[in-house]
Amino acid sequence: MNYRQARWVEPLIFELSKPGRVGWASPEKPRERINVPKELLREKLELPELSEPEVVRHYTRLSQMNYGVDSGFYPLGSCTMKYNPKVCEELAALETASCIHPHQAEETVQGALELMYRLERCLAEVAGVARVSLQPSAGAHGEFVAMLLTRAYHKSKRDDKRNQVIVPDSAHGTNPASAAMAGYEVVTVPSNARGRVDLKALKAAVSERSAALMLTNPNTLGLFEDQIINIAGVVHDAGGLLFYDGANLNGILGKTRPGDMDFDIVHFNLHKTFSTPHGGGGPGAGPVGVQKELEKFLPVPLVEYNEKRGRYSLDYDRPHSIGKIKGFYGNFGVFVKAYAYLLLMGAEGLNEVTDAAVLNANYIMRKLLRVEGYELKFDASGPCKHEVVFSAEPLKRETDIWAHFVAKRLLDFGMHAPTYYFPPIVPEALMIEPTESESKEELDRFVDALKTIAEEAKSDPDRVRSAPTATAIGRLDEVKASRQPILSWRAYRKSAKE
Amino acid sequence: MKKLGLIINPIAGMGGRVGLKGTDGADTVAKALELGADTVSPARAVETLGGLKRVGVEFELITYPAEMGAAEASEAGLEARVIGHITSGKTTAEDTKHAAREMLEQGVDLILIAGGDGTMSDVIEAIGTQVPILGIPTGVKMHSAAFANTPQTAGEVAARFLSEGLPLREAEVMDIDEEAYRENRLVAKLKGYAQVPYEPVMMQATKEGSTGYELADQKAIARWVVESMERGRIYALGPGTTTRAVAEELGIYNSTLLGVDLIENYKLLARDTNEQHILEVIEKKPITIIVSPIGRQGFILGRGNQQLSSVIIKRVGKENVWVLATPNKLKATHTLKVDTDDAKLDREFRGYIRVITGYRQTCMIKVV
Repeated sequence: MNYRQARWVEPLIFELSKPGRVGWASPEKPRERINVPKELLREKLELPELSEPEVVRHYTRLSQMNYGVDSGFYPLGSCTMKYNPKVCEELAALETASCIHPHQAEETVQGALELMYRLERCLAEVAGVARVSLQPSAGAHGEFVAMLLTRAYHKSKRDDKRNQVIVPDSAHGTNPASAAMAGYEVVTVPSNARGRVDLKALKAAVSERSAALMLTNPNTLGLFEDQIINIAGVVHDAGGLLFYDGANLNGILGKTRPGDMDFDIVHFNLHKTFSTPHGGGGPGAGPVGVQKELEKFLPVPLVEYNEKRGRYSLDYDRPHSIGKIKGFYGNFGVFVKAYAYLLLMGAEGLNEVTDAAVLNANYIMRKLLRVEGYELKFDASGPCKHEVVFSAEPLKRETDIWAHFVAKRLLDFGMHAPTYYFPPIVPEALMIEPTESESKEELDRFVDALKTIAEEAKSDPDRVRSAPTATAIGRLDEVKASRQPILSWRAYRKSAKE
Repeated sequence: MKKLGLIINPIAGMGGRVGLKGTDGADTVAKALELGADTVSPARAVETLGGLKRVGVEFELITYPAEMGAAEASEAGLEARVIGHITSGKTTAEDTKHAAREMLEQGVDLILIAGGDGTMSDVIEAIGTQVPILGIPTGVKMHSAAFANTPQTAGEVAARFLSEGLPLREAEVMDIDEEAYRENRLVAKLKGYAQVPYEPVMMQATKEGSTGYELADQKAIARWVVESMERGRIYALGPGTTTRAVAEELGIYNSTLLGVDLIENYKLLARDTNEQHILEVIEKKPITIIVSPIGRQGFILGRGNQQLSSVIIKRVGKENVWVLATPNKLKATHTLKVDTDDAKLDREFRGYIRVITGYRQTCMIKVV
C-alpha cells in the first residue's frame, strides 16, 4: 500500500478574501452593453476578492483532497462509474454546444435539435423501443415519468382500478419511491434462492389492481433475470406494464434489448451507461423510451424532422401527452457527451463495452471467492453480469469487522469503496462494479486490497476500525452531513450565527 | 451519577450445548450438569462488562452477590455495590425476581440482564416496564426482542444509554414452553413487553439493515390501515405493538397489548374480548381481523391470539385478514406461520400473503 491523499488546512475562499484584491482585468474592448432587466440587477454581489494565483491554488488544493474516477479505481456498484473520455468533454464545451440558449429560435439551433434527434434514434435502437423522450434530468426523474406514462396508459383504457406497482425486494430504493410519488401503492415481491424474482410470489402479487412491474435486468445482484419472458407474461396477462430500470444497462449493451425482453417502458441513465460524468449531484439525464402503444403519451416537446423542408422542430402538438416534465428540453450538455460517446464506440464498441465490463466483474468474482471472509449469498454457479455482490458476513462473524469498516479501509489503498449495505437482501453487502475501464492489474490490486483487509481484520483490527487514515478527511459524521448539509457560504454563515 | 443494575442468571445457556433446548427448572439444571455442561452466562457477561469499562463512562454499578453479578464485575475490574442474598451454587428464578425488585427500589436507570427468554420473563413478571432493561444474550432461547446482538454490543448500548441517553422502545418478551420444545413442539407465549434502549445499529436493527425507527414505521402502517377502514365494519385488533399503533392512530390509548380489541366506526367497541363475544358480533356485522406476527417465529394466527379461533377465521375468510409488520420485523421473520387447531384452515393460508409494511406499501410474504 502506497497511498496518501493531500491534506491541506484550506479555508473557504470567502475566508481568504481581502477587500480590494483583484485577479484579472480584461484588456479587451468593453463588450456591448447588455440590457439586463432591472429586477435582475443586484446592488451587492458579495463575491470573494482574491488574486488569480490565490484562486488557482485554492481550487487545486481542494481538487487534491478530492477523489474521482480520474484519480483511481471507482467500483461503486449500480452506479457504473466508468471513465469519461476527455474528448466528449471537449465537444460539449464547443461554443456551438455550450453558448446556445433554450429561448433561441428553432432556426438558429438546428444543429442542437439534430443532435437530440439522432441521440434519440440511437437510444431507441439500443433499447429496442419505438420512441424516446430525452427530457428527464436524472434516473429517478425518468422512473417518475415512466410511472406517469403508466398512469396515462391505464387511464386511456378507462381502467382506473390499477393502483399498485410491484417491485422486487432487490430493487433500487428509487423504484418504490417513484411509484409512491406517482400515487401508487407499492407491493414488494421477494427474491428466490437464486437471487431472481420469485415467480410464485409474483403470480400471487398480480391482480386487476396491478399497474406495472418495475424491474432492473441484470438485477442489483448483478444476475440476469433469466425468467424474464415468463415474468413479462405474468404481468402482461394481468394487464400490467413492464418498466425497465436502466441502471444496469451496461451489462447487456449489444447482447439483448429491454424491448426484446417485452418491456414496455425503458429508462436510461446517460450519466452511467453512456459515460457522461456523474456523482456529486451534477447534471445527469434519464431519458425514457416506450413501445409504439405508449408513444402518444410521451412528454412534450419531441424533436421532429421534416424531410421535405430539411428542418428540425420541437413538436408540442401531442394531445395525449402527459405534458411537460422539465423547464426546457433536458440537460443538453449531457446529451452532447452521450452522443459523442455513442459515436466513438459505435455498435461494435458498445458490444465490447459489455464484454469487458462483464469479464472484469467475473474476474473479481472468481478471485474473491477464494479469499476468506467474503462469500456470495445467492447464485455462485454461473457467471455474473457487470457487477457482483459479495457479503462480508463471514468476516464480521469471525472478527467483528463489518462491511462498513472494509469499505472505509479500502480508501487507504487509494480506491473508492464499493456500494455497501445494498441491496438490503444481502447482509454486509459489498456491491462491486469494476466497469470496462479497468485493467487486469487494477483488478488484481483491488482483490489484493480486500484480501489484505481480511487479514488485517485478524491481526490488526483496530487499524481497520480507525480507517481511513491516508485520506484528507477521516471519519465523517455521515448522519449529520446528510441531515444538516451546509453547501453554500450563505448557509455556512447562517449556521455559524445559530 | 447514573445507576446501572446488573443481574446475571449464572445457569442460563447451560442446556444449549448439551442439547437440552433450555435450562428452565431444577431438574434440567441437574441433568445439564450431569451431561457435563459448563456455565456460559458468566463469561459472556464479563465480555459485556469489560467493554463497558473500556469506554470509561461513569456510573454506579449495583448488583447481586457472587455469580449473580458481583464475581463477574470483579473479574471485569469494575467496582460494584452488592445488595441482596443468595445461596451460591443454587440460584433460582426467584432470586432473579428478587434482584429485579430490589434494583427497582434502588432507583437504577437501567438493568443489564444476562440470560435467555426465561430470565427475561422472570424480570418483567417482577417489575414490568418500570425500569428499562437490556438483555445480554447468554441463554439458549432468545426469541425476545430485548436482547442486544452480542455481549459486546450490549456493553456499547448500555454505555451510550448511560452517557448520552437513548430513546426507549417496547420490545416483546417471549417465552417458549420448554417441555413442549424438547418434544419438538413450539409453543410460544408473548409474556409481555419490556422497555429497552433503542440503538438502531447495535440492537437488532443493523443486522437486519434497518431503514429507520420502528415507531415511525408502525405509525405509517397504522395511518394507512386507518385510511383503509370502512364504516359499518368491525375490526378485530390482535395483540402487539404494531396493532396497538393502529388503535393509537384512532385516538384509542387504552387498547390491550396482549388481547384482542374490537373497533367499529373508528371507536373502541370492546376491549380485551374473547372468542364467544367475537362470534356474537360476526352474526351481525362484517369483520376484518388485523394481526401482526408474534415474535421471531412469525406466527400470525394461532399463537398469542387464540381468541381469534379457527371458527372465527373461517367465517371471516382469508381475504379479510390483514397482516401488519414493519420491514424491520420482516427481516427477522422471513416466513410467516399459521397454527390454528384446524389443519385444513392452516393449509389455506399457505403460499403468499400480502403484508402491510408501510404507508401504501405491502410485501408478499410466504406462509409456510
